[in-house]
Amino acid sequence: MSAPLTAGLGLKPEHFDAALAERAPGLWFEVHPENYSVAGGPRLAWLEAIRRQHPLSLHGVSLSLAGEAPPDALQLQRLAALVRRFEPALVSEHLAWSRFEGAYLPDLLPCPRSHALLRRLVDHVDQVQQALGRRIAIENPSHYLHLPGHDWEETDFLRELVRRSGCGLLLDINNVHVSARNLGFDAADYLDRFPADAVMEIHLAGHTADPLHGETLLIDSHDAPVAPAVWSLYARFVERAGPRPTLVERDGNVPAFDELMAEREHAAAIAEGLAADTPA
Amino acid sequence: MTSLHCFEQAFVGALFADEAHGAHASAWAAQPGFAVYRNTVHKGCIDALEANFPAVARLVGRDWVRAAAERHLAEHPPRDPCLLHYGEGFAETLADLAGDDLPYLAGVATLDRLWTASHTAADAPVLPHDALAGLPPEALAALRLAPHPAARWHGSQTLPLNSIWSANRSGEAAALAALATLEWAGEGTLLTRPVAEVIWQPLPVGGCAFLDACARGERLDAAAAAALYARPDTDLAALLAQLLQAGTFTTSTGSPP
Repeated sequence: MSAPLTAGLGLKPEHFDAALAERAPGLWFEVHPENYSVAGGPRLAWLEAIRRQHPLSLHGVSLSLAGEAPPDALQLQRLAALVRRFEPALVSEHLAWSRFEGAYLPDLLPCPRSHALLRRLVDHVDQVQQALGRRIAIENPSHYLHLPGHDWEETDFLRELVRRSGCGLLLDINNVHVSARNLGFDAADYLDRFPADAVMEIHLAGHTADPLHGETLLIDSHDAPVAPAVWSLYARFVERAGPRPTLVERDGNVPAFDELMAEREHAAAIAEGLAADTPA
Repeated sequence: MTSLHCFEQAFVGALFADEAHGAHASAWAAQPGFAVYRNTVHKGCIDALEANFPAVARLVGRDWVRAAAERHLAEHPPRDPCLLHYGEGFAETLADLAGDDLPYLAGVATLDRLWTASHTAADAPVLPHDALAGLPPEALAALRLAPHPAARWHGSQTLPLNSIWSANRSGEAAALAALATLEWAGEGTLLTRPVAEVIWQPLPVGGCAFLDACARGERLDAAAAAALYARPDTDLAALLAQLLQAGTFTTSTGSPP
């Protein structure tokens, strides 16, 4: 299992048998640790079986690093136990918050990129990296709102977070595309300014237009194939930065495993410079 | 009180504000994109409750259970980010909403939740079904058997909870049809995880009292007395055989609690 990670897939329970049997070189799988934050039973047994065949990535959604409270002690303990047990190739979290006064809000909520937020994030990322004994990657968010109170451009904010905390970055290119459209900035320009050296992983996914507001409000819905514009941005980034482990995410309208494998192979081909930037 | 705290407090307030009043405290909450967060948070919680209580959902229908979930969310947002565990207290919310119409609804919700508890419980070796064979009666009486971490049981003295829950959980047509001629008497349910997946079966009501006593660390003679106290007609030999066959106990005894 020492082959370099190429392109991976989010692991869906309905694809468990196919994922177990697949032997594509460089293939890896990503899961949300929250779905495996259990004491025992079949879920962990499934993941053990997958891990015997493939590298894993743990992509957390609930540590609320941008939140006021420090990362939840219980969830951090569970994550550390999963890291020890499954020895994942990658561990990542989000530039977002999802906890308030003890309640868990299952979303990745936004926050003004202030100097105070940066200090808070550096502390929280440091606590996670200490608890896990390893570097984690932080993902750029999808934006839906113009918020007041930003002291930093996002790319500069992330670069400074990397410098102060020693973390890496997870570049979600669909998030860049969606945010650029929703907030009115240039996605290619954002990518060109993204701190490429820190990128440990790339995410690709599909999005949908809001049923009410249409193309002016794109939603990071993960329920469609990767869009042509996102493939183009991906090709642009890997041409500049070189290939990185790349995940194709799909959480809704999940198609047959082979269909996801085809998208994943397209990502691998682009990363190797073997394919044009549009799907075959 | 930092400005970040104020922002997050206002954000959460707007996530749960009554949309009909339309009074947005902040300009950002009035932007079209705010609904994306609001919908994601609400949908995430309601989807989780619907998924965690499938027998309830089949029994009352999707619209009813989602409306109940929305009511529950307002008072009891999740606290654990593992949303499989979301739903503590949902049985009480359902009982309040159903009133006297569905007296068994809270019990059905309790069994759905016990299924999840069994599904996610720690792994442990199962006491083999023939482990007690040949033990003299005095030794058997003095034994303390520890329930397996994944063993759960629940019963009602008066309601046929097992039949109602099991039929709605499995969705099997024959079991659902049989509910029309259901005998209205108390029933218990035993859930175990002898190999990989959770299995369940009817358990005599006396069996629930028996297992409660085992879980308290009592000897088998005391557990037997508890079973007979709950139901004088409990067949103790058949009960013990059933429990062993289902993988109800673990070999890792340790000291009783």
